[in-house]
Order: sequence, then structure tokens, then C-alpha cells
Amino acid sequence: MLDTRTPLLDVSGLEAWYGESHILHGVNFNVHEGEVVTLLGRNGAGKTTTLKSIMGMVGRRSGAVRFEGRDLIGTPSNEIARAGIAFCPEERGIFASLTVEENLMLPPQVRSGGLSLERIFELFPNLKERLGSSQGTKLSGGEQQMLAIARILRTGARLLLLDEPTEGLAPVIIQQIGKTIRTLKQQGFTILLVEQNFRFASTVADRYYVMEHGRVVESFVTAELDAKLETLHEYLGV
Amino acid sequence: MFELCIPEFLGGRCIPSMALFSQLLIGLINGSFYALLSLGLAVIFGMLNIINFSHGAQYMMGAFVAYLLLQHLGLNYWMALIFAPIIVGAIGVAMERLFLQWLYKLDHLYGLLLTFGVALIIEGMFRNQFGSSGLPYQMPEALTGGQNLGFMFLPNYRAWVIVASLTVCLGTWFIIERTKLGSYLRAATENPALVSAFGVNVPRMITLTYGFGVALAAFAGVMAAPIYNVSPQMGAELIIVVFAVVVIGGMGSIMGAIVTGFGLGVIEGLTKVFLPEWSNTVIFIIMAIVLLVRPAGLFGRRT
Repeated sequence: MLDTRTPLLDVSGLEAWYGESHILHGVNFNVHEGEVVTLLGRNGAGKTTTLKSIMGMVGRRSGAVRFEGRDLIGTPSNEIARAGIAFCPEERGIFASLTVEENLMLPPQVRSGGLSLERIFELFPNLKERLGSSQGTKLSGGEQQMLAIARILRTGARLLLLDEPTEGLAPVIIQQIGKTIRTLKQQGFTILLVEQNFRFASTVADRYYVMEHGRVVESFVTAELDAKLETLHEYLGV
Repeated sequence: MFELCIPEFLGGRCIPSMALFSQLLIGLINGSFYALLSLGLAVIFGMLNIINFSHGAQYMMGAFVAYLLLQHLGLNYWMALIFAPIIVGAIGVAMERLFLQWLYKLDHLYGLLLTFGVALIIEGMFRNQFGSSGLPYQMPEALTGGQNLGFMFLPNYRAWVIVASLTVCLGTWFIIERTKLGSYLRAATENPALVSAFGVNVPRMITLTYGFGVALAAFAGVMAAPIYNVSPQMGAELIIVVFAVVVIGGMGSIMGAIVTGFGLGVIEGLTKVFLPEWSNTVIFIIMAIVLLVRPAGLFGRRT
């Protein structure tokens, strides 16, 4: 598919290091406004590191990360967030010393146009009931995941980076998260998703990139999914 | 008046109630300083992971700044109570930017050694400049005299110290545990990288937290100036006990630092009444027992 618009997020030649270990070796991909794009790949392929590098959370990085045309490669983490990118980490990052409400209200608003609390509770009705809960980490795994997504919707960020939102969750909850992602897409959010569960990814994504050994090795759109199944199985080892 | 007696096997001493209450008061006064100082240490440790051995020197600087403001600028006690914490806190901010910020990823030992070295340098400089005999600081006019409560005589200044310390301690607790700013602090203690990725300037928050912890020490120093002599070693003497208090309460627990600070002050005061020969060691005995039974401290969250 040829898309001639300027991408919302354009990653090119991205390299990243954790201490001495060189994790990303020139990652190239882009995400257009309103798309749901998925990074697939095995454990250790560099998917999470790619998201963290976009957010400026790795030790050292080079290459280019252009968001709305502005290169953020030398920008500190907190200013990248202020530019309008929000991150939901794999381990969910719910704070034990904060109440559920404090967790939800923690990320500062970086732009106008974030979802109101009412809209958030429409998406996640469970959360409203658990607001009074004393500790964020006392919620179930599914509720913690909802909370981790919900809190970044308030901020006004246009691009959401979701790292394995379905990991370790029951099928019912996974379905609910899928529905949420589709709703968010309809509301104009752009989403970059990292997934191991490619069956789940296929229910929400427009395009896919496959990563291996710190590089993007394959890309395709949902329509090509069937034709690509064989190669995919090889890459993902499923 | 009545008398209280302790059991035969502990010596069977009998104490008039007047003596008991006045020691209790001294205990509360000492506890006020223990609480303020261990609170500052807990705030700093929670956020920076640094065991701030300069805390005693910063407390001493608070007292000296109060003294110097009075001598050279004619600024009275009340002004010193505001300006000394700001000035010493600013010195703390500079120290964090210059030295401490490079140590966060290293073992606790580095921060401890650095702040210990800085404390020795600061105390040496003050001893060189002002001698070690101590300088007097006048109690503010409004707080001289006292109240006869019937069962004891309560000097106004001591009552003020207890109330002011309690207010500042509980205010700090409220800010950290109950406000939006506090939720950033608590979250950044758990996972600074993620809080940063939400758009919060965590390094600046860390710097200001250190400045605030240091300002608490300076505030205690100003309050101590009229009671104790203003002397270069006033902090070094106190800080040993305060570290025992922090170990007992548990590093990084805000309420723990406050409760243990006041509690141990009172226990020390009572020991002075009933078992005077133990009063200098009782806190360390409690510390040893707590370390054996609950190594993380009475209120410690982390292991």
C-alpha cells in the first residue's frame, strides 16, 4: 500500500543500547495518523526496546524518531511525552503506593483534547467502581491493564504506544481490550501496538511489522495476512 | 503531688511526678528534633536513594545562618525561621546538582561516603571560622516565660518547638501522601523512568526534594539555636541518634519517621527518670532489637 502523506511517526535507522549491549540495529517503520500498527516478533526481537527508544527510556539511542515532522532523538523522555506520545508499559506500571484514582490521574495533561473521565468510564465501567480502592496494585490483572490504558487517554496524547496489552489476561478480558482499541481508533487515536499474540493483533491492526534481532524484517497489511501466514509462523515460531 | 515507683528488680526507685513530667517534656523536645531530622532523611532516601550523612551539618548550618542573619543583617528569629531553610536548602540544591546526581545508579555506599565527607568539610570550615565553644542565640521575646500547668511548669519556647515541629511534620506527611504533587513523588520513588515518560521532569523533582529535605534540617537547626548552643559540632552529636531513629522507623517511611522520632524522644526521656544510667544507650538498644526482629524497621516497606 502506498501512502504519500507524511507519517505521524517516522522511525528510521533507530539504534539503541542498554549499557554495552546493542539491542536495535537500525529499525525503520512508520505510523500514519489514525492507524493501528502492530510490531510482531519473538521474545527478545527488540519490540519493547523499540517502544522504549521512541519514548527516550533507553540508555543510548541514535537514528531518527520523527513525530509530526519533529525529530525527537535528542529529546528527554518527559518532553517526548509533552510532544503528545503516551506509553503503556508491558508490566503495566501501576503504582503500589498510589490509590486507583491517583494512578488514573497521575499522567499530566500534555495537550487539550484528551478524553474526559466520563468517556473513560464509558470505556472501562469496572474502573469507576474500583476508584475508591486503596492500592492500585490490588486490582486484578485485567483491571490493572484497563487502568494503565485509561490513564494515558486523559492526557491528550495523539499517539499511544501499547506494549503487549493482552499478556497474561483471560480471553474475555482480551476481547474487551480489543474492543477498546477499535473504539479508540474510531475516535481518532493512532496506536502503535507491540504483540506476541498475532491472532489478537489481527483483530485490531491495519498494518504489521515483523521484527527479528533488532531489525524490521517484514511488513504487510491486514489484506495480505493469509498469504503471509507461512512466513509469519516461521518468524514467530508459532 | 504524687510519686511513681518502678519495680523492685529494676532498682525500686520512686520519682515525684514533677520530675517525671519535666523529663517527659524534654523527651518531647528531643523527639521534635529527631522527628524533623529523620523525616528529612526519609524524604531524601525515598526519592534519591541517598543516605544523607550531611544532614547533621545542614542542621548546624541552619542554626548558624540564623545566628549570622541576626548578627549581620539584624533579621530576627522569625525571619530566620523562613530564610535559613531557604538559604541552606539552596546550598543543598547546588550540592545535588554538583555531586549527588552522579551517584543515583551506584551503591548506597557512595552517597553515604560523599555526604559524610561533605559534612566533615563543612563542620571543619565552621570550626575554623567560629571556634568550637559555641555561640549564644537569644530566645525570641514573644516566647520567653512559661505557663504553670499545675502539675508542671511549661516554658513557652519548648511548647512552641513541639507544636511547630508537629505542624511541619504533619504538613510534610500531608503533601506527600495526600496531594497531587505527593503522588508524583511517590510514583517517581517506585518507577522514575515511567513517571518521566508521562511528561514529568523527574530530575528537577529529585533536586527540589533534596533541597526540601535539607531545608527541614535547617528549620530544625533554627529552632534548636535558642535551646542549645550554636556550635559547629551540634549536628554531629545529634545525627548519630537520628540515624538510629531512622533505622528503627524504617528508611523511606514518612509517617514512620515522625512517629518513631517523637516516640523515641519520649522513651529516652522516661528512661532518664527511671533508669538514668541507661538513658544514653536506650535508643541504640532498641535499634539493635529492631534490627534483629524487623530488619526493615518498624514501618519499613521495602526489604
